[in-house]
Amino acid sequence: MSKCKQIKDPAGRRGFITLLAQMCAGTAVCSSVATAALEGGTDAAKPTPAKPEYPAAGPVANYDWTKHRWAFGVDASRCIGCLRCVEACKVENKVPFNAQDFRTWVERYVYLEGEAEPRVDSQSDPVNIAAGDSPQDYRFSNRYRDQKVKKAFFVPKLCNHCENPPCVQVCPVGATYKTPDGVVLIDDKYCIGCRYCVQACPYGARYFNEETQTTDKCTWCYHRITKGLKPVCVEVCPVNARIFGDLNDPASDISVFIRTHRVTVLKAWTGNGPHVFYNGIEGEVS
Amino acid sequence: MHTFVEAAGYITSPFSGYVYPNETVLPWGVLIVIYPYITGLVAGAFIVSSLYHTFRMEHFKPVARLALLSALSFLCFAPVALLSHLGHPERAFEAIWTAHWTSAFAAFAYIAGFYGILLVLEIWFAFRVDIVAMAQTAKGGMGRIYRLLTLGSDDVSERALAVDHNWTKVLAAIGIASAAGLHGYVGFVFGSLKSREWWSSDLMPIIFILSAIVSGVAVLTLIYVVSSKLRKTAIDENCVKGLARVLWAFLIVTLVIEALEYAEMLYRRIEGVEMVKQLIVGPISVGIAIQVAFSVVPFVILTVLLARNVRGRALIGWMSFCSVLLMSAVLAMRWNVVIGGQELSKTAKGLITFTPPVWGREGVVWALSLLGGTFVLLWGMTRLLPPWEPVQMSE
Repeated sequence: MSKCKQIKDPAGRRGFITLLAQMCAGTAVCSSVATAALEGGTDAAKPTPAKPEYPAAGPVANYDWTKHRWAFGVDASRCIGCLRCVEACKVENKVPFNAQDFRTWVERYVYLEGEAEPRVDSQSDPVNIAAGDSPQDYRFSNRYRDQKVKKAFFVPKLCNHCENPPCVQVCPVGATYKTPDGVVLIDDKYCIGCRYCVQACPYGARYFNEETQTTDKCTWCYHRITKGLKPVCVEVCPVNARIFGDLNDPASDISVFIRTHRVTVLKAWTGNGPHVFYNGIEGEVS
Repeated sequence: MHTFVEAAGYITSPFSGYVYPNETVLPWGVLIVIYPYITGLVAGAFIVSSLYHTFRMEHFKPVARLALLSALSFLCFAPVALLSHLGHPERAFEAIWTAHWTSAFAAFAYIAGFYGILLVLEIWFAFRVDIVAMAQTAKGGMGRIYRLLTLGSDDVSERALAVDHNWTKVLAAIGIASAAGLHGYVGFVFGSLKSREWWSSDLMPIIFILSAIVSGVAVLTLIYVVSSKLRKTAIDENCVKGLARVLWAFLIVTLVIEALEYAEMLYRRIEGVEMVKQLIVGPISVGIAIQVAFSVVPFVILTVLLARNVRGRALIGWMSFCSVLLMSAVLAMRWNVVIGGQELSKTAKGLITFTPPVWGREGVVWALSLLGGTFVLLWGMTRLLPPWEPVQMSE
């Protein structure tokens, strides 16, 4: 209930509208680029044969979910920690505008001189919240200004849309499921709100939405990608730190990214087979 | 420790180090602490009943039928804790009609349902003679209820009683496996998750079964002693002594397995072991202290009671004391597992401190009401089906 209050907060609403306006402008520019890239990719696409267990007609009209295998890339060496992706995601997907519910977030790893372990924080750290005007004003405070920093980088995080998703395994009603195009979704009309999936996700990618009383998480903006658009976080990233595309298409952004970088996945030991591929991170990132 | 202060919109748990932003609201609160606790009481109480019905341990006769009613009243409340926790309890039956079989949770309704049917059947056979007698003597509405409960079977001949006895024996035997299965399954719910270092353990189902039996025997001892005091009837010393033996045996195995679990975790130096150590001395330090102290002290007392063959009021007094401590220890263990597991961040780089709300659906008051409700229901059941046995004079 207090989350509702947060969303109805006038300051938050102003932020919403401003952000929305920014996004519209950004989207208009970026989507033309994205569409061009996607169209270029479609020509070169070699769709895999439809898996017999799935009907070609998925839940989205004019979209064949057996013809794609989506994946996501994160180039941490490019991320500047501006958090536009976090804000855009909140707006696009109606994620409660507070400091504890996120479909995507950004972590900062800072290695200080004389310290063996990195210092890690996210936009939700109290110091970072205090640096802004409100918890909806996502930012990283310049807290290491007076210290000697050896090395630092930002790591955008989101659902890994695993090949063997433990969240899907533990759902008692099958409300969360994996689509043939590799996306893990939640049916919020069916979710009973037990939160077992929240526990099972090793990446902390799921949160419980107090308003809907169901679990929520990143869908790679399924409503967008099935229309040929890119996830909104990819769309608004000013430095191309977020990459998205179809693995079935060798010319897609993600195929090129994986081919041209030494990529890694998070917590590979789980055997979950995450499908978010990272470049430019250290082993400590988990 | 940092906090999100009021700016966050609603209370989140304070944390230290680095935790994922979504982790600061714990998905499972006190209701999920109460759920395995109540389920454990079912298993423990039933085991004692089976020791009499299947293995003919005569000294458990005074509590055998009381144990069955206790188990049923606990079993009625275990799903209530789960249902209260759900975001959409109205959709709970989907877990039955369209169960997703790879989920441990999907099995709960089936395992608990099967166990419930078994328990009701067992109770019917164990009380049939009394039901028939009361159907013939009770007047008015109660008479009608008892006549209905006979299910048309009023044959209390020796042959019929022998059939009853055989059914009770077989059902109790199946019940032992079901009780272990029911609670082992609860342990599996936690132990099978690789996402949480504190839970992910092959020993978890075993620890849950053993501690369940300890708490179940302890609660049964208390119910027996308190109900006898209230009814101003004598307490069968042999029965209490027998309960002390069962308690001692299961307690020592529980203590050893739990100690091995901790030792192995620390010795293997799993990833984030430093955080595990900080969890033990930090957020769950009180819980761990209660779990250890309230297990070891009763173990010492029980050892002395049995070794010195203490009898009379001293035996009953000390056994009651041990039972209270052990029930608290097992409750603390449930807290340490359920809450402790979530207080240790999945990042292995931070800790969260959880304080449950007092009011509301996930509040302490509601959780305690559910616990209290089990005893109210039990009281109602004993009014309908008095389980009391005439006291056997001890030698």
